[in-house]
Amino acid sequence: MVLKVKNVVKSYPSAEGRVAVLEGVSLALSAGESLALTGESGSGKSTLLHLAGGLDRPDAGEIEVCGTALSGLDDAGRARLRRDRVGLVFQQFNLIPSLDVSTNLAFQARLAARHDRDWCVHLARVLGLTGLLGRYPDQLSGGQQQRVAIGRALAVRPSLILADEPTGNLDEATGDAVMGLMLDLVAQTGAALLMVTHSERLAARLDRRLRLRAGKLA
Amino acid sequence: MTVLVALLSHWRRHPLQLAMLVIGLAVATALWSGVQAINAEARAAYAKAAAVLGQDRMDRLVPVSGVLAPADYAGLRRGGWPVSPVLEGRTRQGLRVLGIEPLTLPREAAIRGLPGPAEGDFQDFLTGQVVVAAPETLDRPGVAAALRGLEPLPAPDLPPMTVLADIGLAERLLERPGEITALLIDPARPLPGPIPAGLELRTAAPDDGLARLTDSFHLNLTAFGVLAFAVGIFIVHSAIGLAFEQRRPMLRTLRALGVPARALGALILTELLTLALIAGGVGIALGYLLAAALLPDVAATLGGLYGATVPGALALRPGWVAGGLAMAVAGTLAAGAGGTWQTFRLPPLATAQSQAHAGSATALRRAQALAGMALLATAGVMLMAGQGLWAGFAVLAALLLGAALLLPAALAGLLRLGVRLARGPLAEWFWADTRHQLPGLSLALMALLLALSANVGVGTMVASFRATFTGWLDQRLASELYLTVETPAQAVEIRAWLEPQVDAMLPIVDAEARLAGQPGEIYGVADHATYRDHWPLLTAIPEVWDQVARGEGVLVNEQLYRRARLALGDPLPLPGGDLPVVGVYSDYGNPSPQAILGLTSFQTRFPQAETRRFALRLPPEDVAALSAALRAEFGLVETALVDQAGLKAFSLRIFERTFAVTGALNTLTLGVAAIAMLASLLTLADQRLVQLAPVWALGLTQARLARLDLGRTLLLALMTAILSLPLGLALAWVLLAVVNVEAFGWRLPMQVFPVDWLWLAAAAFMAAVLAGLLPALRLMRRQPSDLLRIFAHER
Repeated sequence: MVLKVKNVVKSYPSAEGRVAVLEGVSLALSAGESLALTGESGSGKSTLLHLAGGLDRPDAGEIEVCGTALSGLDDAGRARLRRDRVGLVFQQFNLIPSLDVSTNLAFQARLAARHDRDWCVHLARVLGLTGLLGRYPDQLSGGQQQRVAIGRALAVRPSLILADEPTGNLDEATGDAVMGLMLDLVAQTGAALLMVTHSERLAARLDRRLRLRAGKLA
Repeated sequence: MTVLVALLSHWRRHPLQLAMLVIGLAVATALWSGVQAINAEARAAYAKAAAVLGQDRMDRLVPVSGVLAPADYAGLRRGGWPVSPVLEGRTRQGLRVLGIEPLTLPREAAIRGLPGPAEGDFQDFLTGQVVVAAPETLDRPGVAAALRGLEPLPAPDLPPMTVLADIGLAERLLERPGEITALLIDPARPLPGPIPAGLELRTAAPDDGLARLTDSFHLNLTAFGVLAFAVGIFIVHSAIGLAFEQRRPMLRTLRALGVPARALGALILTELLTLALIAGGVGIALGYLLAAALLPDVAATLGGLYGATVPGALALRPGWVAGGLAMAVAGTLAAGAGGTWQTFRLPPLATAQSQAHAGSATALRRAQALAGMALLATAGVMLMAGQGLWAGFAVLAALLLGAALLLPAALAGLLRLGVRLARGPLAEWFWADTRHQLPGLSLALMALLLALSANVGVGTMVASFRATFTGWLDQRLASELYLTVETPAQAVEIRAWLEPQVDAMLPIVDAEARLAGQPGEIYGVADHATYRDHWPLLTAIPEVWDQVARGEGVLVNEQLYRRARLALGDPLPLPGGDLPVVGVYSDYGNPSPQAILGLTSFQTRFPQAETRRFALRLPPEDVAALSAALRAEFGLVETALVDQAGLKAFSLRIFERTFAVTGALNTLTLGVAAIAMLASLLTLADQRLVQLAPVWALGLTQARLARLDLGRTLLLALMTAILSLPLGLALAWVLLAVVNVEAFGWRLPMQVFPVDWLWLAAAAFMAAVLAGLLPALRLMRRQPSDLLRIFAHER
């Protein structure tokens, strides 16, 4: 099992006291499997994704990534796990603005000391980035930026890909194209994919679908 | 009102930014107004001194030889000349004594509070038992002792350390019997004939001698004030610029909701003015405290260097407060002009995106670099073509501003090189990201460059001066012991006793005279190896000392040589006839012209000059014993004998105090630069999250990111420090070779002190650590939720 989430609880402080965001959520994801997480705004989808990536800690419950319990890891351990095992794709693309496309693409793989030049060249070609490698993020369109973000996430050959509304900032046609590329490449790597989306249409393209409602799986 | 509340809400949400804006402006105003307070206090003291006895309103006759005998004065009075005698001089305690004759003193010269002839109530004054002085003078320690047995009469209009007395009493206090130094002319009565021979008419004018002498010193202080103010304004510009960028979406919304651009601009202008007045007020209060702390050192410097008496206490002057507030407002408006102008021109559909880091940064950097190069070229042209002190300061300003404008391009170039040489993803990102931060940090780094290069420049200048001055003192103070006797009779007596016991007893005689149109001093020296072997000559004809000894030539100090544009062989007008200039000597610490004649030539020209000071040559180990024997034999007072070591220590003490203020302002400017960096880093911290959060998400810990962020600040500070070195050395060269020559009349050899650079690098490092530590700690302690907000707006 690549990802195991068991009875996870998470709340955040607010002016009116603590607000529960996730209330006992559990799920599991195997290698090569893709899962769409849908739900209303504020239902806790992104929070669950962040917890799964070790970006935040749950108040209660257990999360395991590739057999490693995140609760047993300190900050450095979680950072190492993210670097080596997890590929992240965000709605806002979140590329590193000071690095060109080529360096952005290989950044995580090189950090993890798992840089495979041929694989990066392949990703660039498949994602249609070959002619853009010397450009900087602010010189790219939204669709181009998201393709770089997907390439960066896949370049490390992660076991788990976490994607948060990866096409949320793109028009429908571009979003469909980018989605298609991502699903193809994920299939090539054999990674597990957990994707947060509002779109039922996109969710239907994944193996499974779970719906969150007010912090609980519906 | 609603719009104003919306605008002000920005500051409520960004209190740190507001604090930095207020701190920057307050510190800038404090440094500027502090310096101005010191200058104003000193200038008021000079004006007070110049106005004594109506010198600024009355003509006077001055003896060409420096001194007039009472018989000559009496002859003039008998001839119908409406003149009144004055004896002016300083006691050994530094007290300025003005001797007057109340019976003939013109009404215009009356001192408020002093009984004048009109009142007929000056009997006590005439008896020679009364001295008039400002209350603060009478309160000074040492003055009471000097005036023991006399009745003090307070007169607030008199300048500090000045006493007015009947001319007979003044003769006693100054130990100058039968001397008159000037004759005041009653403006109400006509002169009976042409000016008699031996006298010179000095027309009524403010005696700006002291003001002129000290102008350079005050100009130096003002230059520092301007520099510190400019550095502070960098903070303000940075904070205002960022506030505008952050408020751009709100401004756009307000415009879209129907608020006219004019109203929006006016509100922003009002907001800026309010902030300027609040921060300016705080700055003025801080400036007052700063000036009060520095004034005693400045007063000591002015006293030691120019003999100027400046009160050690600070008065609050309305003009100074208004000037400080005006500077705060002008600085704020200058710093906020760009933002306000953009607001006036903001179209309702303007992009809401921040433009701080848009691609226009490269174009801006290029334009800045071009402007910087133009300014450096201007500095070069002014250096070759310009003349005078202002030209010197214009060169400095162009040099500093030009270099500051070139800094972003230079740093970008170095960082590009770093990117190329970097190995590994983190190193590559570190260098590239540092380069990416440049636009946001440029202003702070420019401020740091200015502060550091000013430190290098002024530090090198002071250290060069100190090294030259110490060597010069060793040469100049060759004699082992210096003796001052009470009377010429005592001189004869001591001479007879001393001569068998010392290797040489060299008389030191001097007289005041005008040299090249300015008040100066002429010395007479004996023909002795002490001078031939040690006197620090900068240039001279062969056999110079033979010529001087034969009375066929005169030595001049460097100040006179440069100001009068003399050359060797040029005739120098002197009382008793011209003499050719045969040599030039360095004379640091003395702003006035000076000349040296052979002893015989001097005594012929100044027969009235008394010989009461002597330089004694003897084995150094005998100094203590001989001093004790002299004191025991003749009952000499403590100050009558000064040994070489004591004199050197005294001179060096004055030297160090002279630069104490410079050192303090240097440190403060560096402090302001550190605040500028802190302000920029803190205000940029939120924007930085967008750039740092992805790297954190890709597998770096917050602690490591914080360390890298601190390292980035240190790297930029270090690179700026390295770049400040050549600029600082250029600054030092201009100060030594141009400004000092114009301001003081001497040119010093430039020496470099690499150890000082290490200290400065350490100071830059500390400034960067202080500025970078807080933002780094805040980054390290941020909740993951803050970073996650970058990726999504929902939970």
